[in-house]
Amino acid sequence: MLTIKNLTASINDKPILRGIDLEVRPGEVHAIMGPNGSGKSTLANVLAGREDYAVTGGEVSWQGRDLLALAPEERAREGIFLAFQYPVEIPGVSNVNLLKAALNAKLKHLGREELDAYDFLALVKERMKLVQMPEDFLYRAVNEGFSGGEKKRNEVLQMAVLEPLLGILDETDSGLDIDALKIVADGVNALRAPDRSFVVVTHYQRLLDYIVPDHVHVLAHGRIVKSGGKELALDLERRGYGWIAELERGAGDDARA
Amino acid sequence: MTATGNAAIHYLEQFREQRPELPGREPAWLDGLRREALEHLATAGLPTPRDEAWKYTNVSSIAAQAFTPAAPGAAVPDRALLESLLEPGLGGPRLVFVNGRYLPELSSPPALGGGVRVRPLAAALAEGGESLRPHLAWPPGDGSGFTALNTAFMADGACIELAPGARLEEPLHLVFVGGEDVLASPRNLIIAGAESSATVVEEYVGPEGGRYLTNTHTRISLEEKAQLVHYRLNRESLRAFHMGELRIRQAAGSRFVSTAVALGGLISRTEVRVDFSGEGAETRLNGLYVASGRQHTDHHLHIDHRLPGCTSEQFFKGVLDGAARGVFSGRVVVHPDAQHTDARQSNKSLLLSRNAEMDARPQLEIYADDVKCAHGATVGQLDGDALFYLRARGVGEAEARHLLIHAFVGDVLDRIPLPPLRQALERLLWARLDRREAAGA
Repeated sequence: MLTIKNLTASINDKPILRGIDLEVRPGEVHAIMGPNGSGKSTLANVLAGREDYAVTGGEVSWQGRDLLALAPEERAREGIFLAFQYPVEIPGVSNVNLLKAALNAKLKHLGREELDAYDFLALVKERMKLVQMPEDFLYRAVNEGFSGGEKKRNEVLQMAVLEPLLGILDETDSGLDIDALKIVADGVNALRAPDRSFVVVTHYQRLLDYIVPDHVHVLAHGRIVKSGGKELALDLERRGYGWIAELERGAGDDARA
Repeated sequence: MTATGNAAIHYLEQFREQRPELPGREPAWLDGLRREALEHLATAGLPTPRDEAWKYTNVSSIAAQAFTPAAPGAAVPDRALLESLLEPGLGGPRLVFVNGRYLPELSSPPALGGGVRVRPLAAALAEGGESLRPHLAWPPGDGSGFTALNTAFMADGACIELAPGARLEEPLHLVFVGGEDVLASPRNLIIAGAESSATVVEEYVGPEGGRYLTNTHTRISLEEKAQLVHYRLNRESLRAFHMGELRIRQAAGSRFVSTAVALGGLISRTEVRVDFSGEGAETRLNGLYVASGRQHTDHHLHIDHRLPGCTSEQFFKGVLDGAARGVFSGRVVVHPDAQHTDARQSNKSLLLSRNAEMDARPQLEIYADDVKCAHGATVGQLDGDALFYLRARGVGEAEARHLLIHAFVGDVLDRIPLPPLRQALERLLWARLDRREAAGA
């Protein structure tokens, strides 16, 4: 479904990703963990097409297509959704208008008919229940004046309406208290499906108690230095990121070998 | 001799030729007024960037062209063209002026009665116009060279008189059409008696590609508790020049709400001057400007708070693209006796290109101590993070820009409570912005 091969990327000529390899199959949940500055968020943003990052090498294939050749909006319409670490406030654009523009762009791209106002509202209201969002949020400007928890719930709402094939959650747990975390995780879990995959980027293991991953990868200095099952996350929680340095040396040796 | 000096001589010559044709040789006071204004124009010339109030708006290209002051019987564009320029109409009463002169065939003035009197100024002057004299007064040296030029050549315009308590029920639409190479000098008067109310839309249009100069002057007098909602829509030809002045005098408890929308003109400037002559009066000046290519658009506002308890607000926003230049100069003076003044001023501009430029000068001078005043100005670009956020949701780049620009101007449009005008404006605005987007400017 998603195949990343030796992906390298930099920002302002500073290399951030130094060779990422990752294979995500339909229905899988992959957690990407790692200390600050390891490149987790860069990976998420490069996959979504943020132009601030320059891809300097490697390939990303998405359902057999060259993902890196697609504009951000094309990636979204092809089923990739990035839940932002810092959702952007857009004064003057209402949530409902954004959802409508986004959903219609996708339906049009897929050659399907746009939803009429009635069906659209019915769909949105049903999905709002997933994240326990009150109706008046629909008519407020996108993320404007929202609390941290409300912004993250809004990301999950957008994901629920757009029904992507791959959801990338960029530190969706950051800044959330335990109640908000549960609401967000429940929303994500409700969206899990055999043909829908997730890449969950997080610093802490806590989120993975609620969104249980199939695979856990540890990222350090722009490389995946260790991969394993969900127990790897617990290991990391217990031992901290200190022992990563050793792994890195090992990975470095491998790379030189 | 400078260009502006030459221009003054040109207009002096024109005046000599046209004087017999101008209304108001009788009464003598009007003729005297014109000659004083011309005298001033001949000495002072048209403004130059050395004048502080014209520092950012260079009109030498206007001065360099010899426009012919519109004479009676000057060529009028053909009927089909005129009718196309008058679209979209508002459906209510309308006065149409071509080259500054009233055109009855295309006009439908409001019914007389109920204390409402709407006439072409030329007709009012032909009847003597003694009651209008104070409203046409030109104190020596008043305003700029353009004020003097308008005073010298004013011949026609809308003259709207409301008796105390009178109401003009439907919005009154004034349309001014410019013609090739012509100087049009409309002079409008709105004289609103105590507790009267009206809505007036001043619209300026011209044939696409037409090169002409509109030099218009509107004076508004609001007696106690009178209310006027005023719109000023500039959609002149993109090669035309537009100089406009709006002077408002407000008695106690009166309310003036104005929205100025500037889309047209190669060089356009609107000057608004508000004087309160009574306590507790309120004035709200909203504005929206959109300019692209080499357009230059200037709003110059001056509000004097001399009396206590008056409220003023300036709320201006603009979108600039290409090599367009915008100027906002908003001056509010709160004099020592003007306690309990509430004065707010806001100017925000969105630059869509690297070559666009905005000069924002909000100026608040406060000499009273018990007042509420605030001002702010921002100049920025489309938010790159917001643009990416929308694109990451599948919204195409052009549509994402559209959404963000719409969001930016939305709160000015929200201040237009007249649905047909608002809808017409939205269409015009997007026609302008989309043309720009399509050209990739």
